[in-house]
Amino acid sequence: MHITLNIWRQKDRNSQGGLVTYELSDVTPDMSLLEALDLLNLGLVRTGVDAIAFDNDCREGICGTCCLQINGRPHGPLKGVAACQIYMRSFEDNATIIIEPFRAKAFPIVKDLVIDRSAFDRIIQAGGFISVKTGGAPDGNTLPISKHTLETAFDAAACIGCGACVAACKNASAMLFVAAKVAHLGRLPQGQPERKQRALGMVAQMDSEGFGACSNTYACQYECPKQISVDNIAFLNSEILRAKIF
Amino acid sequence: MAKTISLYGSSIGQKIVSAFTGLFLCGFLVIHVSGNLLLFKNDGGVSFDHYAGALSSSVLIRSIEILLFAGFAIHIFWGIRGWIFNRRARPKNYAEYNPSESSSLFSRIMLLSGSIVLFFLVVHLKNFWVPIRFGAQDLSDYDLVRIAFQSPLYDFFYVFCLVLLAFHLRQGFQAAFQSVGLRSLWLKAINMVAIIFWLLIPAAFAAMPLYFLLAKGGR
Ligand code: HEM
Ligand code: SF4
Repeated sequence: MHITLNIWRQKDRNSQGGLVTYELSDVTPDMSLLEALDLLNLGLVRTGVDAIAFDNDCREGICGTCCLQINGRPHGPLKGVAACQIYMRSFEDNATIIIEPFRAKAFPIVKDLVIDRSAFDRIIQAGGFISVKTGGAPDGNTLPISKHTLETAFDAAACIGCGACVAACKNASAMLFVAAKVAHLGRLPQGQPERKQRALGMVAQMDSEGFGACSNTYACQYECPKQISVDNIAFLNSEILRAKIF
Repeated sequence: MAKTISLYGSSIGQKIVSAFTGLFLCGFLVIHVSGNLLLFKNDGGVSFDHYAGALSSSVLIRSIEILLFAGFAIHIFWGIRGWIFNRRARPKNYAEYNPSESSSLFSRIMLLSGSIVLFFLVVHLKNFWVPIRFGAQDLSDYDLVRIAFQSPLYDFFYVFCLVLLAFHLRQGFQAAFQSVGLRSLWLKAINMVAIIFWLLIPAAFAAMPLYFLLAKGGR
């Protein structure tokens, strides 16, 4: 295959940056998109050009590091997968692929496609944990949790903190991420003591990081590689309502 | 010290205010459309005039009117404030952005559809509410409406704005329940009741000018 890549290049946080076009041949359909980028970088380095910086780690779709905006969509054209799980067979021969970093005020660009997502870490630090010592893994069914609660908490726990929800949202809102964490811990018995403070603290941190508010377009749920449901956002909203009013 | 938020200043509080005021305005639409259905009663406007007269002389209605204006003001203020807040969260746009894949058009143009409804509201108040409420006219209330609706241009504007109200509520009604945390619990019921708000109510309002223009030939 032959592809044309339009890739965002930016020297550092404060420089201007722009799209640069690269032609890449010798691409095979069973290569992943990240491998195609590796191939491109190999060629660039050999000609003395700075390699394109992009974040990646597990390349198995479970770590949430490979945050790329591919042809206008976070994690590219497929539903329910991370960018590293996009293979070149998803594109036509001679396709043009535009790759940009996720864009949000709260995710400043570090270099090229690499963004600083430490805002998410600070949100977690503001309450996304439980402080009690829970000991080792308990015996099965010692804590009574209903099937429904268990399943919804577990679904919320699947969030990998990739930030695609922010990237997809027209308001660059982090609500799905925060909601997933609040709903995961807030539904389980261990999360109850800090339940109120968790929701309030995480939302306060989210707002101070410069993320937008949710306006219920539900784009986040569509683009989330782990298919986290916006029902979690409803849960978060009611947590805040309850904490502040009732 | 542990962080906290003020309800009205936070991103979530903003949604909750939009939702409660939006639902309050939806309630107003129900009452407004029910009364105005009297326009269709074929009695030369007697019932409608009676109803409109009773409304403008009732102390209760006048007090509710103040609440209603406040409801609109808060809804609009918070809507615009939220929109500005949200714009700031992405100072640099994507070169390529594909939101139509992941979200509905209605959900992305709430400020536009709301603003057109607001413009409509101003024209509507000037044409109907001011003369009926302050009564500086010889025409009966029914005739006032009838004559206004004889203008095809006005009717076109009227129906166009109602289509945008329909768009606003297509997204807004279910969204309000999401904002207060109830949508997933009552999803089926909400989607059914939503049809009343985004389809039946705007359609009933739109039928009024069309009725005077087409069926009654202006009589
Ligand atoms: C009869 C008139 C109106 C009704 C019944 C109505 C109803 C609603 C409802 C139910 C919502 C959803 C709230 C939520 O997402 O939680 C909403 C949102 C909104 N409304 Fe209205 N509205 C009306 C008029 C207006 C007007 C005149 C404006 C003027 C600008 C406006 C601007 C907005 C905006 C910007 C939002 C979106 C808020 C967001 O996306 O976060 N609305 N409306
Ligand atoms: S909610 Fe989904 S899109 Fe958002 S950070 Fe978690 S896994 Fe990524």
